[in-house]
Amino acid sequence: MANPHISVHNLNVFYRDDHTLKDLTVEIPERQITVIIGPSGCGKTTFLKSLNRLVELVEGTKISGQVLLHGLDIYRPDVDVTEIRKRIGLLSQRPHPLPMSIYDNVAFGPRIHGLKGREELDRIVEDHLRAAGLWEEVKDRLRAPSSRLSAGQQQRLCLARGLAVEPEVLLGDEPTSALDPISAQHIERRLLDLKENYTIVIVTHILRQARRLADYVIFLYLGELVEHGPATDFFNHPQEARTRAYIRGEF
Amino acid sequence: MDKRREELIFQGLMIASALIVIGSLVYVLVVVVLKGLPALNLAMLIQTPKGGYYLGGEGGILNAITGSLCLAGGATVLALLLSLPIALFLQVYSGKSRFSEFTRLSLDVLWGVPSIVYGAFGFTIMVFLGVRASLLGGVMALTLLELPIMTRAMEEVISMVPFELKESAYALGATRLETAISVVVKQSLPGILTAILLAFGRGIGDAASVLFTAGYTDNLPSSLFRPVASLPLAVFFQLATPFPEVQQRAYASALVLTIIVLLISLGCRLVGGRFTAHVIR
Repeated sequence: MANPHISVHNLNVFYRDDHTLKDLTVEIPERQITVIIGPSGCGKTTFLKSLNRLVELVEGTKISGQVLLHGLDIYRPDVDVTEIRKRIGLLSQRPHPLPMSIYDNVAFGPRIHGLKGREELDRIVEDHLRAAGLWEEVKDRLRAPSSRLSAGQQQRLCLARGLAVEPEVLLGDEPTSALDPISAQHIERRLLDLKENYTIVIVTHILRQARRLADYVIFLYLGELVEHGPATDFFNHPQEARTRAYIRGEF
Repeated sequence: MDKRREELIFQGLMIASALIVIGSLVYVLVVVVLKGLPALNLAMLIQTPKGGYYLGGEGGILNAITGSLCLAGGATVLALLLSLPIALFLQVYSGKSRFSEFTRLSLDVLWGVPSIVYGAFGFTIMVFLGVRASLLGGVMALTLLELPIMTRAMEEVISMVPFELKESAYALGATRLETAISVVVKQSLPGILTAILLAFGRGIGDAASVLFTAGYTDNLPSSLFRPVASLPLAVFFQLATPFPEVQQRAYASALVLTIIVLLISLGCRLVGGRFTAHVIR
């Protein structure tokens, strides 16, 4: 692979007595969309959240192995976890706007990372709401509570909020699964636009969505890495029997 | 027994229990209003007791009204300063560790301690330190009384903040402190307000813990180190006299106490609406 942005080496995640992720070694290409697929309970979300250390918020989780972000091991003890999460943003399954106004949601990240200037914040909020395709719908009510937006709008707000901290990598945990088809399309289109500037990793269980979005595919099954590769190879010439079965919809 | 009848019987029992609760509340309010209202007048609210007040003479209970507000207000502020950090620590920082479980157990035990014990405990310490009954002593005893109520109530509402909401803040690179203050507290603000009110109501109505620690006086509160009057003790002293007109004033004092709690609850509801606009439901 030309340019791996994230390299995962022998990643193991244990949750209490469960061995959730088994010795994963894989590379995630820069400025492309990598899609992680697999049946429910295969460890997709755990894998995604181990890329920005959110996985360790769950009590009873143990992690071993390496996750290198441009060569920096994010699990090294002297690494500042907030810095890692600033560099790797997350779009979660359901939209979770913060209990504040639309404006403050987008400004939250920049503010906690030390930005204070009023004009600077105004510009950031507008830019990222535009990037998320929400600006036109909310520009007249930036001070309104974010809870008044529809689910689709909330998810785009969460996207804008995540982009506002200027990450290099964007993770998405089935980011369209709670949305109606039109809103889902909106988000998909945004992701395709955004891959010019960001490395994107999306978890999905919808194969058609994976085909639409993926440049690179990672297939997990029961915590194991079954197959990974560029999307065209993966879908057209799958190597493993389990991959062929999954693509045919036999799981 | 057929299902329909079973359903009806239990529905009846539930309505009956609800009626007993509402009924006792209404009964208490009716007694206090009927017996207190005739004796309530402006002089009672704006004067301190004059000579012979407890024999039916001139004066009012301004000393007790201001005293109670100072006692409960001070204790509520102190309890808030302690209990919000404790609740946040238990919910955001320590999770289910042994230490936090032990803290919760201690708070529950403290909640069950009768208030006279806080009074006696405070009094013992004051004797040891050579301090007389005073506003400060009363505030400290009431703080101990309010602390477990406020903390546990706050912890309860803070625990209802969805994990994903905290996760969203962490995913943006927020520290635990930033998440606690700007997300968790904001989201649970209405509940926190209720917790403060609950503790204030308990504090302002408690007689036993201020009996030894705050003392009683006919003067307005003037210093942290002087005794202050309180409404519950005013009710007690007036009711204990043999004179019917003074006893009536006891009911009037109880009415004043009830109205204060009611006004503060309503005030908080009104102000609270402004804080709850951003809460995610």
